[in-house]
Amino acid sequence: MDEQRNDITLLDAVERYITGNMNPDERLHFENLRKENSDVDQMVVEHTLFLQKMNWFHQWNKFQTALNEVHNNLSAQGRIKAAAPKGGKVLYMFNRFKKTAVIAASIAGITALIVSSIIGSVTPKTPVTQLEILKRDINNLAQKSRKQDMEIHNLKQGSSTTEDPEIPYTNSGTGFIIDGKGYLVTNFHVVEKAQNIAVQNIAGKEFFANLVYADAATDIAILKIDDPDFKALPGTPYSFTKKPTDLAEPIFTLGYPKNDEIVYGQGYLSSKTGYNGDTLSCQIDINAERGNSGSPVLNNNGEVIGILNAKQKDANGVAFAIQSRNIFNALNELKKKTDVDSTLKTIRLNTKTTLAGLRGPQQVKRIEDYIYMVKVN
Amino acid sequence: MKETTLEQEIALLKGLAISDKKSVEAIYSQNYNLIQALVVNNNGTIDDAKDIFQESMMILYDKARLGSFELNCQIRTYLYSVARRLWLKKLNKKGHHIADFDDTNETQIVTDDDVTEHEQKEAEFEMMHSAINALGEPCKSLLGAFYFRNKSMQEIADIFGYTNAENAKTQKYKCLMRLKKIFFSQYKKPDQ
Repeated sequence: MDEQRNDITLLDAVERYITGNMNPDERLHFENLRKENSDVDQMVVEHTLFLQKMNWFHQWNKFQTALNEVHNNLSAQGRIKAAAPKGGKVLYMFNRFKKTAVIAASIAGITALIVSSIIGSVTPKTPVTQLEILKRDINNLAQKSRKQDMEIHNLKQGSSTTEDPEIPYTNSGTGFIIDGKGYLVTNFHVVEKAQNIAVQNIAGKEFFANLVYADAATDIAILKIDDPDFKALPGTPYSFTKKPTDLAEPIFTLGYPKNDEIVYGQGYLSSKTGYNGDTLSCQIDINAERGNSGSPVLNNNGEVIGILNAKQKDANGVAFAIQSRNIFNALNELKKKTDVDSTLKTIRLNTKTTLAGLRGPQQVKRIEDYIYMVKVN
Repeated sequence: MKETTLEQEIALLKGLAISDKKSVEAIYSQNYNLIQALVVNNNGTIDDAKDIFQESMMILYDKARLGSFELNCQIRTYLYSVARRLWLKKLNKKGHHIADFDDTNETQIVTDDDVTEHEQKEAEFEMMHSAINALGEPCKSLLGAFYFRNKSMQEIADIFGYTNAENAKTQKYKCLMRLKKIFFSQYKKPDQ
């Protein structure tokens, strides 16, 4: 029993030493003991470590509890969007549409369930049923995901379901810079019937733009940013190539299929011709979504080989791109006109890429400033 | 004078280090939705998002507490980078195909070391957790009262019904020895 008593006294001393609860005399005495007796020294080291671990465990535990409390509070106050959907059915809906739910959530933020007519988006050249133009129709989407909208809406306290007149743009697609002075190329079908066009860069800055060229046959439109806030960009990091791309060549795209978020997609060239053998376009295997219309399609060297414009409805992953040579053709046609802006005549498409040899993420970093969301109403 | 963002963020981190509720709430509400979107857009559920975010908060908390966090990026960037790393690891473990990881345009920094360090700590946390649970009562509560709630031996004797402080101390000693034995039997130093 005496031995245990001694152990208890020793441990008590060690703990008081570690926690600084010894008076100076006692401390001096204990430090000498540590120096003389390696067992005591070892005990101090080991026990310090252990107390640290225990203390740290306690802190973590407490913090975790605090986090959960904060989570529940913020969720209840609606300051975070974390309320879990109730019930199996809604959960199913949510999982199924979770990609669009994020978009729907941001839509629900500005508007509450405006259900207006669905704008049919039809390419002029192709059968309606087979091809799906990748223009994102916001109202259409809002209607498609009405259920989540309702759900999200129900979670927002006190907001009314009345129409909000502030939603300015109803359609969106993607466009990309072809000349740093503010010229962008996009799809004709994105800006078709547009009254107002605005483009938004990756930083979320919005600029007004005018249509300077539109051709339904090739589905190409050229826009010029006409906004005092816009500052000219250096030449494009990517280049444009007229050369046909080889089959199976890896390609990638950057665009805005989602609200305000740039999205990267990867795929390969699967056919040198487009839908039903269309020679203006080519077929690629990539996951494209609405809003991807007008996104550049680049090869690994950073050469733009085309503009994404449609996907086949019945085949997942099959998409079509307008070949880049059509951009060259469009510019040549445009320059022939006499009444155009003088800066237009000086547009030169970059034919020497600065991206060759860079890894994907580095390429994207260089490119992303040149990709814009195109919004129209 | 308006505080700059940097000053605000330093103040938030100081608050976080002492688990100040207002600071925790501010950081939480400013960053949660971003990370939830990241997880939910990449095959995660809302519950996954909560776990990942809270784990990222723990890492930030540890850094803030140890004072080892140099604010060379925004809190948002740090949390996003950590969460992204954690979620990628989790997806990998689940055997998910992650080639099409859907990233936003958030700036990112490299956080591999922090995440690895955290995993080590988490393993230790689990060891301590299971060791304490294996102790059983009354040891668990007794040690908790002494080490976590700073009760004196006399108070502990009163709460647990020991006849005097000396007996309580003996019990505490026995409990602690058992806990250490269980813990160190699982614990290996990271460099071994």
